[in-house]
Amino acid sequence: MLTRLQRLAGTIAALALLSGPVQADELVVEITRGAEAALPIAVAEFGDDGNELPEDIGAIIRANLLRSGQFDPLPPEEFIDNPTRSDEVRYENWRALGVDNLVIGSGSRSDDGYRVRYELLDVYTGERLLGRSYNVGQDSLRTLAHVISDNIYEELLGRPGAFNTMMAYVAVDGEGDDREYHLVVADADGHDPQSILSSSRPLLSPAWSPDRERLAYVSFEGRRSEIYVQNVRSGERRAIASFEGLNSAPSWSPDGSRLAITLSRDGQTDVYILDVESGQTRRVTDHFGIDTEAVWGPDGEQLYFTSDRGGSPQIYRTDINGDSVERVTYQGNYNASPDISPSGDRLAMVHRTDQGFRIAVQYLDSDRFEVLSDGPQDESPSFAPNGAMVVYATQQNGTGVLGTASLFGSARNIMATEGRTLREPAWSPN
Amino acid sequence: MDKTTPRLTWLLVPALALLLTACATPGDEERVADEREQEGLTEEERAASPEEDEGDDARVWSLEDRDALEGEELQEALDDPDSPISERIVYFAFDSSQIPDEHMDILESHGDFLADHPAQEIVIEGHTDERGSREYNLALGERRAEAVKRILLLNGATEDQLEVVSYGEEDPAVSGSTEEAYEQNRRAELVYQR
Repeated sequence: MLTRLQRLAGTIAALALLSGPVQADELVVEITRGAEAALPIAVAEFGDDGNELPEDIGAIIRANLLRSGQFDPLPPEEFIDNPTRSDEVRYENWRALGVDNLVIGSGSRSDDGYRVRYELLDVYTGERLLGRSYNVGQDSLRTLAHVISDNIYEELLGRPGAFNTMMAYVAVDGEGDDREYHLVVADADGHDPQSILSSSRPLLSPAWSPDRERLAYVSFEGRRSEIYVQNVRSGERRAIASFEGLNSAPSWSPDGSRLAITLSRDGQTDVYILDVESGQTRRVTDHFGIDTEAVWGPDGEQLYFTSDRGGSPQIYRTDINGDSVERVTYQGNYNASPDISPSGDRLAMVHRTDQGFRIAVQYLDSDRFEVLSDGPQDESPSFAPNGAMVVYATQQNGTGVLGTASLFGSARNIMATEGRTLREPAWSPN
Repeated sequence: MDKTTPRLTWLLVPALALLLTACATPGDEERVADEREQEGLTEEERAASPEEDEGDDARVWSLEDRDALEGEELQEALDDPDSPISERIVYFAFDSSQIPDEHMDILESHGDFLADHPAQEIVIEGHTDERGSREYNLALGERRAEAVKRILLLNGATEDQLEVVSYGEEDPAVSGSTEEAYEQNRRAELVYQR
C-alpha cells in the first residue's frame, strides 16, 4: 500500500515539475445516469480538529462511490448529525435515513503533513468493518481519499476498487489546420489533468505499461503513423516502431517486456510482437485482410484482435505464435477495438447497431452480450483494472467527451473539458 | 523563368478529351472548383494561362523531356481542369477499399502521367470517415491507398514514384457527422511532391 501511495505521489510531483505550463484544463465529471440497486451509504464530513483540511476527503470519497454506480451516497444536506468518532455515532439516526453503512473520519495536522483516520461502520449491527489511520503529506491527501474509497469498495463488494488509478487520453484543441493534439494523463476522477505531449499532428492509441510508468502511443509527427514509448514521469521518449507502412495499435504484454503492434511493412496489415528492449519483431498473424488492434489476454499467451478476414471487422483470438486463430464475435456485422477485462472473462468492443456505434461487452464464459452505451459514435473502450467499469470515447453536443459505464447496473458518467475534444481513453492499471 | 526547364506544350487529342469529360461528374467539378478557390487563383488568373490553345477543348500535357514538373508548371498541371492530373481524389464506400468504376479513369490518367514523368513522385493518402474504430480505420485508409497504388502501377507508374500513407479518420476533408461529410471523407488523395 505504502509503495503504491509513494509511487503515485512521486508521479504527481514529477508531473507537476515537468509541466509548468502544461496543466490541462479541468476535466468535469457529470453523472448522467444513476444506478438502481446501488448500496445506500453515508460518508460523513471528515472532522479536522479546527484546522481546515486542504482536501475535502469526505466529498472525494462520496464522488468516487457515486461514480462507480454501485453506491448511492447520501447527500450531506440530509445528515442529522456529523459524527467523527464511533462513540459519537447515533446509529438510529442513520438507520432512519435508510443507509446501510456509514464512513466517519477526521484529519489533523502532524509534524510533516496530516494524520487522517477513518472507520467504516455497519449501521445495523454497529460493527466496525474497517478502521485505519495514515500519515501523509499534503500532496497525497487526494490519493489517500482514493485509497480509502478502494478499501470501502473492496470491503463491501468483495472485489478491489479502481479509484486510485489514472486515465490517459488524447485532447484536441482547435479545428482544421489549427488543431493541436495533447496526450493527457489525469486521475481517474478527472482531477489534475496534465499534458505530457503536445503535437500539431494526430496522436492516438495510448496504452499503459503494466507498471504504469510508461505510455506507448501512435504519433503522426513524422507525417505517418509511428509508435513511441514515453516515460510518464520523466517525459523521456523514443520511437520504438517506424517501419515502412503502418506502425500502430500498441498493447503491452502483461509482463511489460513486449508490445503487440500492427505493421504493414511486409505487404499485409498484420499483428506483430515487438520486444521492447531489443526492438526485435516477430510476426503473429498472416492474412491478406486487415489484422489490427491486438490486446493481450491476462495470461500473456493469447491475443484478441480485429480482423476483416471474414468480410467485415470482427474480433478473433490467437495464441501468440499465431498458430490457432478463432473468431470470437458473431453479433452484428461490425465489432472492433477489443479490450479484455483484467480477469480475462469479458471482452469490450465497438459494436455497430442500427442506431450507430456503441460499446458492448461479450461474456466469454457464457453467451451473454450486453450493449453498454447509447451511441451513435462511441469508440475506444478500456476496462478499469477491477473490470467493473469501462471508459470510452463518445459525443455530447457535437464534442468528443469520455464516458464511463458500469458493468454492474446502468450507471453512466461523462467526463468533459470545456472547449476541447477528448478521445482515445486508456484506463491505467492499479 | 529558367530557360532550361522543360516547357509544357499542348497537343490535340480528341479521343482523350472524350475520356476526360466522361469521367467528370458534377460533384467532382464542384470539388475541383473548390480546390482552385482554396489555392487563391481568380478566374482571370486561370484564364490568363499563357499556353492555352484557344478554341480547343481537347488537350494533353506533354513535356520536352521526361522529368518531374517543377514549380509553376506543376502548379499549372494541377490547377488546369483539362489536365489529366487535375482530379486527384477518389472516393470509396463505407468499409470498402474497392475503387469504384467511375474513378478508374482518374487513376489511369495519373498512371499515364507518372509513366511520362518518371522523376515525379507522389504520396497517396488514404482516409476514412469518422465512424467506427480509429485503429481499424487507420488500416482501412492504408488499404485504400494501396488499392490506388496498385492501379497506378498497372498503368505505368513505378514503385519509386509512389509512397503510401494512411491518416485513417484523423484528417477529414470535411467536418461534421452527416452522410455527405462521410462520403467526402472516405477517400484517397494523390499528392504531387515538388
